[in-house]
Amino acid sequence: MTDAEIRKAFLDELASVAPDIDPATVGDDDHLQDDLDLDSMDFLNLVAALHKRLGVSVPEADYPQIATPGHAVRYLADALD
Amino acid sequence: MPSLGADMEEGKLVEWLVKPGDEVAHGDVVAVVETQKGAIEIEIFEAGTVEKLLAEPGETLPVGAPLAHVRAPGEEAAEETEEAEISKQAAPPETPAGKPAPARSAPEKPVAKPAAPPPPRTGESPPPASPAARALAAKEGVGLDDITGSGPGGAILLSDVEACLAAPRGAQSAEDTPGARPEAGGKPAGIAGGGTPATGKPGLDMGAMRQAIAAAMSRSKREIPHYYLERTIDLQPATDWLAVQNEGRDPDARLLMGVLFLRATALAAAKVPEFNGHYEDGAFRPSEAVHAGLAVALRGGGLIAPAIRDAQALGLDAMMAAIRDVVARTRTGRLRNSEITQGTITVSSMGEGGADALYAVIYPPQVAIVGFGTPVRRAWVVDDALQPRTTVTVTLSADHRVSDGRRGARLLSEIERLLKEPETL
Repeated sequence: MTDAEIRKAFLDELASVAPDIDPATVGDDDHLQDDLDLDSMDFLNLVAALHKRLGVSVPEADYPQIATPGHAVRYLADALD
Repeated sequence: MPSLGADMEEGKLVEWLVKPGDEVAHGDVVAVVETQKGAIEIEIFEAGTVEKLLAEPGETLPVGAPLAHVRAPGEEAAEETEEAEISKQAAPPETPAGKPAPARSAPEKPVAKPAAPPPPRTGESPPPASPAARALAAKEGVGLDDITGSGPGGAILLSDVEACLAAPRGAQSAEDTPGARPEAGGKPAGIAGGGTPATGKPGLDMGAMRQAIAAAMSRSKREIPHYYLERTIDLQPATDWLAVQNEGRDPDARLLMGVLFLRATALAAAKVPEFNGHYEDGAFRPSEAVHAGLAVALRGGGLIAPAIRDAQALGLDAMMAAIRDVVARTRTGRLRNSEITQGTITVSSMGEGGADALYAVIYPPQVAIVGFGTPVRRAWVVDDALQPRTTVTVTLSADHRVSDGRRGARLLSEIERLLKEPETL
């Protein structure tokens, strides 16, 4: 998977977890919880959706590494390698 | 039209989910009603056959107006005097059988249409009007005599005052307020085309939501003598236990700390009964079951506290599933009326990145609300030695008409005891 494909998958799942967020307006450095207002339930739902779609199960200890879309794409790309 | 909160005056029927001839059973969802809290699914509390639908989708009806006639099993068809009315059956089930809850401004007999012309008023006495309608009319300097009421007995409702204010000035209404967010919770499924934009949209209107919160919280602060307690507790045992639990789980089976908070509060409330129930008509009625309200914040503003029913009986995994379900439905605007009205105690949790403590306002007719601040690493004394520990400050806001601080402290220490032994939750 290319980084662009991973980014699209991530933003798709973000938008389905939080339908009021427009993926087109989300920047790579936006913090999911501080900037995009995801709460812990939204965040867990996103992690579960990524697990289902990409087969990557992000452990709790690694949550800080997917705190922004930019970081998450890097983390997921490494995990998929 | 059931009352979905003490401050609700009317609701708009959005959709029927049954038709004449359908059999209905206790707990079936029969209709969708739009309120200030979004679209709410209406459950029926009586079994029988739907005889006749009295309201049309799109119609706005005052609380207490009948929505449909339901024939009880074995009953003869079209026997006017024996008709069950959904609006009355939908009252909280704690009400003794056969004695409908006194819904505010509920008519004694079925009213044909809320839009029926008001009966002629005689004498000089002011026309009947709801408190909200009075307040708005006074604020805007409109005389009540100049307004035509559409409520029971010609009573003037808030919407009548708004209509009167809007009429001379054109199509200006509260919904057009800049910043109001029409569909903050996303588009609810199955409510397509339910009305014109000017009279109300499916989903959540932020201006209306703010009004609903203002009404409930003002009433709470006016009527309930609050007292407040707080206790900071060592959350390290629960944090460690949760990390171990979640390590071996797939993401969709993981638990959140908020689930432990709700579970501990539900168990504690079952043990200290002065905090679990409703205060109505000058008396506290404790509840055996703990229907734990969970304050759910909506992105973009607003708050709804739907109840997780029988929370004292749910294990952690079942409670996690219940919370996931109710949070999702809160945000898409498909809660049921029992979830809106039957909470017996509420839990409000800051989550991560919030404040250390929150002093919450009780949601009437409940008598207590427990607040969990954001867990914080603090220097903490354990066995006479200083250690860095994850801690959380728990607060209790409670009703002094029902309990005193000493019992409140008992509730908090019970929550502490449970969270220190998470394996017992």
